[in-house]
Amino acid sequence: MDDQKKLAIIATKGTLDWAYPPFILASTAAALGYETQIFFTFYGLQMLRKDLSGLKVSPLGNPGMPMKMPFGPKWFKDINWNIPNAVQSLIPGYESLATTLMKQTIANNGVATIPELRELCQEAEVKFIACQMTVELFGFEHSDFIDGVEYGGAATFFEFAGETDICLFI
Amino acid sequence: MNFDKELDAKGLNCPLPILRTKKTLNEMTSGQVLKVIATDPGSVKDFAAFAKQTGNELLSSAEAGSEYTFFIKKK
Repeated sequence: MDDQKKLAIIATKGTLDWAYPPFILASTAAALGYETQIFFTFYGLQMLRKDLSGLKVSPLGNPGMPMKMPFGPKWFKDINWNIPNAVQSLIPGYESLATTLMKQTIANNGVATIPELRELCQEAEVKFIACQMTVELFGFEHSDFIDGVEYGGAATFFEFAGETDICLFI
Repeated sequence: MNFDKELDAKGLNCPLPILRTKKTLNEMTSGQVLKVIATDPGSVKDFAAFAKQTGNELLSSAEAGSEYTFFIKKK
């Protein structure tokens, strides 16, 4: 049993785009036979909420994000809407709009949704641990989070992380 | 090639073809063969890596147009 490989991930980001790497890597590792844990801390706690609609993507201050339309003819989809930050920040609901467009692009590309990936992780017995300190710091209740989450601190993380083959901070 | 089960992973992107394959293999018995059809170009390397790491045998990996077909024998 101790031959089983192990992966530990610390998930610290609370946006839609950054929710992908932890869940993709954890679910894939589990499929490859790894025993896998994710420790969610700070903004990463957003990924454990029952309601995931708060996960958004922001093009603001993110020069790496292409702003393309997920519909229309090819020439239209190929346009990169290079809107200056100063203008973006003045448009009400700009992040929500960008998030809606991103979710459509995700669906168009056959990429899984975050709720779907999270469920696949749970089915594959990936262990989710929420940082109790940040739960309290941000005023969350355990009832805000999905079932099956364990609560612990840094020492809890190291108990497993110290035995792992791969350890990632995301 | 003979197979016991078929999985349609067309239109799905990484990591879904691998995750669905794993799930389907879980429902099968040792020695049975699963046929998977995918359209994700990354799946060619991914299925080879999946087989190598899980011990399930990749009997064949073929490309026809934009479709990739894999035959995997369960360990």
